[in-house]
This record gives sequence, structure tokens and C-alpha cells, in this order.
Amino acid sequence: MSALLEVSNLKVAYGKILAVKGISLTVAKGEIVTLIGSNGAGKSTTLRTISGLLHPKAGEITFKGEKISGREGHEIVAKGICQSPEGRRIFPRMTVAENLDLGAFLRNDKAAIAEDQENVLVLFPRLRERLYQRAGTLSGGEQQMLAVGRAMMGRPELLLLDEPSMGLAPVLVELIFDTISKIREMGTTILLVEQNALAALDVADRAYVLESGLITMSGDAKELLRNDEVAKAYLGG
Amino acid sequence: MATAISTAKSGKVHSISRSEARRRVAERIAAVLFSTLGAIWLGANLIKSPAQFFQAAIGGLSNGALYALIALGYTIVYGIIELINFAHGDLFMLGGVFSAYFISVWFGQTKSSPKAWLIFVVCLFLVMAFTASINVAIERFAYRRLRRAPKLAPLITAVGMSFILQFVGLTWNGSGPKNWNSVLPGGAIDISGVKIYYVTLILFAVTIPLLLLLTFIVSKTRQGKAMRATAQDQDAARLMGIDVNRTISFTFAIGGALAGAAGLLYVETIGTTSYNLGYQLGLIAFTSAVLGGIGNLSGAVLGAVLIGLIQGLNDGLPIGLGQQWSQTVVFSILIMLMVFKPAGILGKQVIEKV
Ligand SMILES: Nc1ncnc2c1ncn2[C@@H]1O[C@H](COP(=O)(O)OP(=O)(O)OP(=O)(O)O)[C@@H](O)[C@H]1O
Ligand SMILES: [Mg+2]
Repeated sequence: MSALLEVSNLKVAYGKILAVKGISLTVAKGEIVTLIGSNGAGKSTTLRTISGLLHPKAGEITFKGEKISGREGHEIVAKGICQSPEGRRIFPRMTVAENLDLGAFLRNDKAAIAEDQENVLVLFPRLRERLYQRAGTLSGGEQQMLAVGRAMMGRPELLLLDEPSMGLAPVLVELIFDTISKIREMGTTILLVEQNALAALDVADRAYVLESGLITMSGDAKELLRNDEVAKAYLGG
Repeated sequence: MATAISTAKSGKVHSISRSEARRRVAERIAAVLFSTLGAIWLGANLIKSPAQFFQAAIGGLSNGALYALIALGYTIVYGIIELINFAHGDLFMLGGVFSAYFISVWFGQTKSSPKAWLIFVVCLFLVMAFTASINVAIERFAYRRLRRAPKLAPLITAVGMSFILQFVGLTWNGSGPKNWNSVLPGGAIDISGVKIYYVTLILFAVTIPLLLLLTFIVSKTRQGKAMRATAQDQDAARLMGIDVNRTISFTFAIGGALAGAAGLLYVETIGTTSYNLGYQLGLIAFTSAVLGGIGNLSGAVLGAVLIGLIQGLNDGLPIGLGQQWSQTVVFSILIMLMVFKPAGILGKQVIEKV
């Protein structure tokens, strides 16, 4: 299997405390892979390390066969990995349009950028209505849409989504997961971190279960949906 | 139970809005009182001796222009990494010493001549490059590794940096102040008794384009976009592909360059250098930045011009407290403003949902 992203024996620490204790995972081109697990399992740490915001203590990350672990965040974006981070992290004092524009910071193809902005606004019509409003004044759900849209503006080959459904009303959760399928249809590979394990497993091809910094289970997403242990721990019985 | 919660809630909301309203009223009364007093003072002076009034105002504006160049360096660095760069005033001092030596010692120019003007222009570019490089180096070697440390660590380091730069100034310039001749044309335009010196015009001719250039860089260029994003959220900026370290270096370079320009202009208009010059002017420039709302570029310029004007008018007007009170007046106004409007004149308390 030719993996787009390959994480092997990754260890990440905050100070002396290991948060990720040696995990390996792969994401193939065109897949949606989800990483589920309870609070503090190390999901966000893993994504932040892939994006170069944290540097691994041990192990290696390769993207398209090239080692990217140890590189800086901006270099990794240039390689084609964008992230919609946990907690949205939009730029509050800039308008929605400026936020989207920053998502395309490394691109020069004006026409294609305009096209991508149009795609984002078709997916999230709410953002179109608020294009010139300051992002800090958007509702939580709208900010989440902006964070996902902003990451799409980088036209990444691999999109990392950290809890895109967090704090959203059920209708919006559905919209976000629909959008995730659509983004994949546009040709983007996705690594999805979610608390909402049911919806995540439903939309994903494959899944990894992370517990206290270690991967305890992995496999076909639909099989995991039927797995008793997964059901007990993450699907509420 | 439900009613208890709702009354408790509404009671709280009520009291907050009432104290908030009271604060707003106090703020407005203070503002009206201040501006009335100021207007009466200015009006009386204007009627008594209009020429002296305009002369003092021009003097005040040229002070303000110098303060603005320095204040901007404090404010953009604060804006991007929330550090009060105590060494910034001393950087201005080194810019002044460099300029004085460059023009008068290394190139031996001590009076106005076309050749000296050319050297002045060359010096402007060189001193800006000089202080920009020092500022970038300071950030690279002293502040960068402390970026994730508690706020107090970089602050103390900045104080230390200030001492180091002062020591360089002391070694270079000597322990006492030195006087230098200006190489700029000495004449003045006389408009019905109000003298506008050529040096003042040159001061504006250098400062205003620099301010416009800065505004353009921050609001219109890619680097400016990167600066604004980095100022709001460094990790999010990284996720956009922004090289945060480079952006911060660039910001220090701009702040340093402006301080260098201010140093040259100070030497050519006021004509003295001394190792502790950065402390005095740095404090006033920092006050300007705070008065305008620290982190806000237009605020720094506005604060600087206000302080310059207040000083100039108080120094030069027939009815006034006199020069020895200028500093006191400036800082009293600062304290009053901080009480009523802690974020500064243009600094807004931003409502952010996070
Ligand atoms: N900045 C930090 N400094 C110290 N420890 C941290 C830091 N960030 C996370 N941790 C610790 O690392 C562990 C993993 O955190 P992480 O954020 O990766 O979890 P997560 O799986 O994303 O959880 P959640 O579902 O709650 O978002 C936790 O024990 C957490 O306390
Ligand atoms: Mg998390």
C-alpha cells in the first residue's frame, strides 16, 4: 500500500510527560481516516505534531515518502498539509474574507483561489452572508465553519480536522459531516479527529482508537462500528 | 428554583450595566471638562499672541513627529509578541550616536553644504539598516528563546538589553553629552512672524513618508498580512503557512529602522547625543504609545503628536505653566486617561469569542 501519510513509532512529550507513547498509523491517498479516543488520549497532540507545531521526541512522520517530522509548521503547509485546529483558532480581529484569504497565504494562483473561496461559500452559505463581518463576532458554529473553510483554502492534499463538530447543534453536525464527504469527493484526503465517534466512524473508511497515548484498536470503520468494546467505550453502549 | 435563578441572573446583569453606565457618564464628564479647559487655555493664548501660538504649535508638532517614530517601534513589537521592549529607547540613542559620528567624524561634515546633504541622505539609509540589524539580533539571541517563558522573563531581559546598549553608548559617546552642528540648511520661512525652519520641514519630509510606508506595509503587503495574523495567534499563523520567526524578525527590523531614522533626525535638529538619551525619549515615546493604545499604530502616532503638542504649547505659550512643568502635565494627562480609558485613546477592548 502506498501511504500518503505514514506515522511510525511516534512519541511526543510535553516537558517530561509523554502524551503520545509510540503510535504508528497510515493514511492512503483518497481515504478518510478517523482517530477516536477519549479526552486526553493524545489525538490533538498527534495532529499538532503532524502539522509541525510540536516536534516528536522519537519516531518519524513521512508525507509522500518524504520525512517531514522536525520541519517547521509553515514548511509542512507548503508540502500540502492543512489543519483546522481544535478550538477553531480563527483570527478574531479580521473579517471572514480576510481569514479565508489567509488560508491561501502560500498560494499565488489568484483565479484558483477565487474559485476555492466560491466552493467554500457554496458549502457554507452562512459565511457568505457574513463575509465582511469580524470573525470574532461570529457564533461558535459559524467560527467552526470558517475554520474548516479556511483550511480548505490552502487546497491541501491532506486535510487534518480536529473536532470539527465540537459545540455544534445537531443540524450543523450533520452539515459538517456531509461536508467532509464532499471535500473527499473533491479529491482531498482527510484525517479526522472526533469525539462524536458514531458520526466519525460512519463517514470514515478506516479508524484508529487511541487510549492514553497508545493505539489500542484499528481497522475498517464499519467493522469498528459493530465492535462491542468500541460500542461500550465510545458509542454510549 | 427556576425563578430564583432568573432573578439572580437578571439582578447581576442589571448591576453590571448600571456601573458600566456610571463609568461612561464619568468618562464623558471628564472628557468634556478636559476639552473645555484645554480649549479655553488655547483660545486665550491664540487671542493674546497668535504668532507665538503657531510658533509653539509647530515646535510641538516636530517633537511629536520624532516621538512618533520611536513610539511606533514600541507599539509594533508589543503588538506582535506582547513585549515591552525596554531597550528600544537605547536603540534610538545608538542611532543618534552612529549618525553624529558618521556625518561629523567619519565624513568630517560640520556645516551645511550640498555634499553634507548627500551624506545626510546616505546616513538615513545606513542608520536605519544599522539599528534594524541590532534590533533583529536582539530578538534573535535574547528574546526568541524566551518566547514561551513566563512574561516576566523577556521583560527582565529587555531591561538588561537596555543596560547593554547604554553601555555601548557610554563607551562610544563618552560619559557626558556631546554637541554636534547640523549639516542641514539653517534658514527659515517667515509667514507673518511665524518662523518655519528648514530643518523642521526636512524632519516632516522624512517622517511623513516613513509613516505612510509603514501603513502601506502593514495594511497592504503579504508581510503585513503575516504580521497581523502572527499578532493574533502564532500557532494559527503557522497553520496558514506563515513563517512566524521571520515575521517577528521583520517586525523588529521595521521598529529598529524607525528608531534609527529618529536618531539621525534628533541629532540634526536638536544636536546632542548622550548615552542616557534613550531613557528620556524612550519614556516619552512609550507613554505616547500607551496614550494612543499600545499595539495600535495610528494610536502611537496620535499619542506622540498629542504629547509633542502639549509639551510644545506649554513650553512656548505666554499663558501656561512654563517649561519646567511640561513633563508633569504630560504624565498627569496620561494618568487621567488611564483611569478613564485604560486601553488608550484608540485601543479598543475587543470582544472576542474563543
Ligand atoms: N500544552 C500542554 N502542556 C502540557 N500537557 C499537555 C499540553 N497539551 C496537552 N497536554 C496533555 O497531553 C495529553 C494529551 O492531550 P491532547 O490534547 O492531545 O488530548 P486529546 O486526545 O486531543 O483530548 P480531547 O479529546 O480532550 O481534545 C493530555 O493528558 C493533556 O493534559
Ligand atoms: Mg483534542
